[in-house]
Amino acid sequence: MSLRLAPWSYGFLVALVMWVATICYSGTGSAIPTLSSALVFAAFSVVVGTGQMLVIASGPGNIDLSMPSVLTLAAYASMSIMGGSDAMVLPGLLLAVAVGAVAGMLNYLAITALRLPPIIATLAWSFVFQSFAFNLGGEATLKPPAALSEFTLWSIGGIRVLPVAVMGLTLLAVLVLKRGVGGRQLLAVGQSERAARLAGISVGRVRLVAYTLCGMSAGLAGFLLSGFSGGAALNMGDTYLLESIAVVVLGGTSVAGGQANAIGIWGAALFFNLMATMLNTFQMQAGIRFLLTGALIILIVAIVPRPKAG
Amino acid sequence: MADTALQRRPRLTSALGSALQIGLPAATLIAMLAVIFWIRPSAMSYFGFTLLFKFAVPLMFAALAQMLVIMLGDIDLSIGSFVGFVTCVAALYLDEAPLLALVILAASIAVYAGVGLLIHVRQLPSIIVTLGMSFIWLGAAVTLMPGPGGTAPRWLVAFMSWKPPFVPLPVLIALLTALIGHLVISRSSYGAVLRGAGANPRAVERAGWSVRTIRCAVYAAAGALACLAGLTLTGLTTSGDPNVAPAYTLLGVGAVILGGGAFTGGIVSPVGTVIGALTLALAGSLLSFLQVPPTWQIGAQGAILFLVLAGRILFSEHRS
Repeated sequence: MSLRLAPWSYGFLVALVMWVATICYSGTGSAIPTLSSALVFAAFSVVVGTGQMLVIASGPGNIDLSMPSVLTLAAYASMSIMGGSDAMVLPGLLLAVAVGAVAGMLNYLAITALRLPPIIATLAWSFVFQSFAFNLGGEATLKPPAALSEFTLWSIGGIRVLPVAVMGLTLLAVLVLKRGVGGRQLLAVGQSERAARLAGISVGRVRLVAYTLCGMSAGLAGFLLSGFSGGAALNMGDTYLLESIAVVVLGGTSVAGGQANAIGIWGAALFFNLMATMLNTFQMQAGIRFLLTGALIILIVAIVPRPKAG
Repeated sequence: MADTALQRRPRLTSALGSALQIGLPAATLIAMLAVIFWIRPSAMSYFGFTLLFKFAVPLMFAALAQMLVIMLGDIDLSIGSFVGFVTCVAALYLDEAPLLALVILAASIAVYAGVGLLIHVRQLPSIIVTLGMSFIWLGAAVTLMPGPGGTAPRWLVAFMSWKPPFVPLPVLIALLTALIGHLVISRSSYGAVLRGAGANPRAVERAGWSVRTIRCAVYAAAGALACLAGLTLTGLTTSGDPNVAPAYTLLGVGAVILGGGAFTGGIVSPVGTVIGALTLALAGSLLSFLQVPPTWQIGAQGAILFLVLAGRILFSEHRS
């Protein structure tokens, strides 16, 4: 083993293999469109995944299962307030992010005040948020304003703006985690709660911020996704429950906490979306796609050398 | 005297605490039943009990499967899709080619054992491996049967609608499984080893047991219980459906925690888990009896989960 790859690079590697396989099958002309559409879809997974990463990094057992329902609720709330009007896009965005922030705080509040395991607390909240979304929108799909839809599809000189904007977000996350005081505190809390507390870090506040940011990223994803997919729908968040966890772990973040990798999320997200494209072009059935997804998740997790803890 | 008082008190409160861990969900269950019977006295009958708890049976088995995995300090995110897979196998083959169906089910239990082995040998996080498995089971189920369909064998449907004398079938099954679970996990010496493997694997290794074998066996047992969940569910719905039970994964986790279990490993209660599963299954019926609008029902279920767990935390406060 002279060649040791960083854990987070496997996602990119597999994604690359799938991209090449798709191109080989359907000709070089498909290279750019395939990549550009995968980047857009991956961008949504990355927004959700980055939030989940912050929570997972904040310590063993921390996880947010309410992301799909927060995403849906925020989408409905912002679609309702915008009412299809271009002038209301900014208030809509603010509302979506605010809904997410409140949801994140409620999650952490239930975890500390009731001393519940995060899995259970966020699961119970997700039921409540889901109910709110039900009542806000019912079965109907709420249409987004034209300006929002155009923004999600906007491209300058053939380059889609949305993925680039989300890359900016990733870069911000990397900088904060590497250089920012908040980021260092987050990782310290994740590595050892006791040591962090002895070092004078307010553990509760750090985790509260992590859950709040996670909720906000779910809200943002809901806002963008409803613009992209033509409105808010009740099941729009469903796929992100497992995917948000999978992209974080495949991206090289340890489920034991204390260590995070924001760039790796892109690799895992691209892997997920390029594989879907590849299997679609091969005209494989949905069943095979699920089988391969599962097998690759396990394979990657099993062969990738784990980052050393502590 | 001061000494004995000091020694006694923690033991007493800890006994009280563990009684409350099971007592609280049990009290919730009884309170819910009381409300239902108050609104609709006719539900207080053999037939009423059968209807109320019918769908608690598969959930109970799924929750017990989850309990075994949580006992080892792991978590299984694949139970829901595995139960869906089992309903497809049962509805497709159990009637026409029972041998093939049994071989598939036995092989899938072996896969479960293999998952346990993989998690143990490579020291992988169970949450991500079972997440991958959930895609695999769903994929296998969809490949077998793209949508709901097939037919359940007649004997299975007949068993699930069997009316034993005096005790309604769901109640009978709940009592039996709780009793067997209690004897095996909470009372027997093997149970102590199994719980020890979750709480303190190194100590169990030192005592001469192979935690690897234990993990394989426990995962296999979880797979077998999940098979029972799938089979009983097929008997109730009379068909197979890959997407019939995704909720079982997390409802099962909820039932284990409601019943006094903890994610730290080694702390689980089969009786509590059965009661937890019954409580969660009944919550839905209660809310429709209370005429909670359907759009609020799922939210109210979340609230019930909070209420019961909050009570548990408040009462166990004295222990630590």
